Amino acid sequence: MQDELTKPTNGTAVKLTAKDYASDQDVRWCPGCGDYSILAQVQRVMPLFNIPRENTVFVAGIGCSSRSPYYMNTYGFHGIHGRATAIAAGLKMARPDLDVWVASGDGDLLSIGGNHFIHILRRNVDTTILLFNNRIYGLTKGQYSPTSEHGKITKSTPLGSVDNPFNPLTLSLGAGGTFVARAMDRDAKHLQDMIVRARNHRGAAFLEVFQNCNIYNDGAFFLYTEKETKADNVLFLEHGKPLVFGKQMDKGVKLEGFKPVVVSLIEGKYSINDLIVHDETSKELAYILAQFSTDDGFPLPMGVLYSENRPCYEDEMQEQINSVTQRLGAGDLEKLLHSGNTWVVD
Amino acid sequence: MEKTVKVLKSAIIRFAGDSGDGMQIAGSRFTETSAVFGNDLSTLPDFPAEIRAPAGTLFGVSGFQVQFASTDIYSPGDEPDVLVAMNPAALKVNLKDLKRGGTIIANEDSFTEKNLQLAGYSSNPLDDTSLSEYKVIHVPITKSTNHAVMDLGLNAKDANRCKNFYALGLTYWLYDRPLETTINWIQNKFKKRPEIAEANTRALKAGYFFGETAEIFTTRYKVAPAHLPKGTYRNVSGNQAASLGILSASVKSGLPLFLGSYPITPASDILHEVSTYKNFGVKTFQAEDEIAAVCAAIGASFGGALGFTSTSGPGLALKQEAINLAVMVELPLVIADIQRGGPSTGLPTKTEQADLLQAVCGRNSESPLPVLAAATPSDCFNMIYESARIAVKYMTPVIFLSDGFLANGAEPWKIPDIKDLPEIEAKFRTDPQGFFPYLRDENLARPWVKPGTPGLEHRIGGLEKQHITGNVSYDPQNHELMVNLRAKKIKNIENGIPLQEVEGDPEGDLLVIGWGSTYGAITAARENLFSQGYRFSRAHIRYLNPFPKNLGDILMRFRKILVPEMNLGQLSRLLKAEYLVDVISLTKVQGLPFKAREIEQKVIELLTK
Repeated sequence: MQDELTKPTNGTAVKLTAKDYASDQDVRWCPGCGDYSILAQVQRVMPLFNIPRENTVFVAGIGCSSRSPYYMNTYGFHGIHGRATAIAAGLKMARPDLDVWVASGDGDLLSIGGNHFIHILRRNVDTTILLFNNRIYGLTKGQYSPTSEHGKITKSTPLGSVDNPFNPLTLSLGAGGTFVARAMDRDAKHLQDMIVRARNHRGAAFLEVFQNCNIYNDGAFFLYTEKETKADNVLFLEHGKPLVFGKQMDKGVKLEGFKPVVVSLIEGKYSINDLIVHDETSKELAYILAQFSTDDGFPLPMGVLYSENRPCYEDEMQEQINSVTQRLGAGDLEKLLHSGNTWVVD
Repeated sequence: MEKTVKVLKSAIIRFAGDSGDGMQIAGSRFTETSAVFGNDLSTLPDFPAEIRAPAGTLFGVSGFQVQFASTDIYSPGDEPDVLVAMNPAALKVNLKDLKRGGTIIANEDSFTEKNLQLAGYSSNPLDDTSLSEYKVIHVPITKSTNHAVMDLGLNAKDANRCKNFYALGLTYWLYDRPLETTINWIQNKFKKRPEIAEANTRALKAGYFFGETAEIFTTRYKVAPAHLPKGTYRNVSGNQAASLGILSASVKSGLPLFLGSYPITPASDILHEVSTYKNFGVKTFQAEDEIAAVCAAIGASFGGALGFTSTSGPGLALKQEAINLAVMVELPLVIADIQRGGPSTGLPTKTEQADLLQAVCGRNSESPLPVLAAATPSDCFNMIYESARIAVKYMTPVIFLSDGFLANGAEPWKIPDIKDLPEIEAKFRTDPQGFFPYLRDENLARPWVKPGTPGLEHRIGGLEKQHITGNVSYDPQNHELMVNLRAKKIKNIENGIPLQEVEGDPEGDLLVIGWGSTYGAITAARENLFSQGYRFSRAHIRYLNPFPKNLGDILMRFRKILVPEMNLGQLSRLLKAEYLVDVISLTKVQGLPFKAREIEQKVIELLTK
């Protein structure tokens, strides 16, 4: 399913290139960090949206990923830890004409900012939320994060973490997110497609991006990103297409009742016609897919799990203002100050 | 029976009953009627945090005191002349405040064995001699109310609930107040339930007629309209005035108002009130928490709106990190803190002034911002308007302090002429030529740029910024420069605010300095003592950071300085630190405002020692 290019395009569209979106600031991430790729893909797709650069705002919280606004030659707001979505929501409500993005990390968005994250999703404020998920705290030098696996040994958990991690996809679906997708830093083309899809979704679009922290959590996603293992462990979702994966495209996922099972397509027992056909509009399917884990023998889904059209918060907010203004007329301060019982002292 | 009429300059009445008895409504209606009648007035609502505390208990008692007068008055008064006690608990809790010889109107129907026991009475005070120094009037309020509404077919609960209007009607007779204002209010309030409107109207009238016909009231009182300055007046509570003030700032500046808020007592009424202003283009956002509320307001300010957030002490504590972000990114933002008793959850419905230090000093590192405080309910309009003016002019968050007493208290307000309000000029930069995000103007304010302005794309954030360019900078010299610039910017605001005024002699033995809601009690104390021959000067500080620039000079001219505060001496501490002066602190932290008498006693002690 393709969303329309429905976001506002104030002014005349200008032909820009990725370079136009790079600010004059030195990028200060560690060499080899996955953030570089995410930044590059964002900058590469920005010209596709055909909106004036000045109408774009990147909002961030705190963490490595949250430095991204400084590197984008757009308007930017580097906020405080966990609050990017709250700042972005206020900005979008006040200025629905702007194209508002949130760049955040797993600690920023899901730990300290978890509350604001679920609420921006349920309200469906039209923003594009990029989660740079490296499953570790990088900026504070290597503590476990809310997406770190159980048992993770870090400086703050020398005996292993006893936290059960969040699954960002089920969390966002559960919070009522209207667009939920996943991509990887090391698959540039797919990541670009997903950024475009997220940006063009009208509502709060959530895109989780697997991002390698080569200093504190190197290789956390190599099973999914590296050539040798990727094909057998990643399932690329396409709306209307059956769930097929594997080096030879020899495996698929079918449903037995409510239970998904991985089946071979070459043993002759099952054919492509037995498989689940991906449907981005099915929340039930999205929940099933979101729970796939390689630990349970499933491939990890990449792509758009779920997309739904629902009115945006800021639009309904504006509609209320419009309708009450139509009903009562534009506010008259003089009249309001004199409302209720008044009396005159001569 | 012929009834005598006595003319009074002022009177104080207190309604007290269960928190479900509608005492706040009775008090508010009495206030509105007296305001429309033309009295000057001041109110003190005092209610428990529980919405419907168990009936008949001491902790469930809700009270509303109003002083109304034919002369200027400044406080709800120290001692009620009349106490309306809807049950034994209300009598027990409030009796200690009643004036000796004062009148008790008691709902005799509720003085049952069970209620007496709940209130801790071993015998019925209406029957024994314990109330002999008061005028006690037994009124069968419950029975009479039920009788008045009997044929309307209401259920027992609804019929019972009309008894506050019966009591109100009785007090209207006693003080010769017209019924129309309240009848109109009832009709409007219950327009969807005409039978309830009719019942309440009947109860009100029945109470009034009881006063007229019963042989127990021998005297009626008249309190003539006050001679207030010319103008059009309305009755206003502090939270209403603050809401109207911030809206006026929005209209006057042309900046769309954005309120991000989270419900909290006693600030929620601001969110409620501002939410009715939507046809002014106002956007209100009930956020998921206090932090999101302020962050959304900051986001809106970044977008070019007048960002506003309203809260109380615990909420301010949660917002401080975000407020500090606004200090760092230098965006306008108004934070209204309607103070309540603390620490922690404390006394949510009671008043206190103990957030002053939190407002001035409550953020990490060197984080200066302006702090303003309103002196009276209607002054909330002026001071929040001033807060917005300063926020926009100097590109800074501003904390506006009110408190539960001002927020819920009401007084007549001379409605200002919009064209007389100070200009608020929002200068949005659009010229890319020579633009830098931290290039400061003559007020040291940085430029405000709306996203969407071509050629001015820039980034702001909480990391230290290089002077002028706004680039992230960890340079030691630059950091010190920026810390100093932020401090200087706020200090310089002293040149853009009024000088401190002193009432009374400009020098002398004693200066009483107050801030916030102690205004009324200090004024009343000063007037009372003046007539007894005691002289002192007073200064009431509305700008608490920075202080007015002549404040230091004023302090030097008095031998003694007394600072009454509803905290443990927070302004005293700031004055001592800033001016190295000795100040005498008079503190009260009971969740209740000062009585004039409490200040008078201390003043007399200081003047005669």
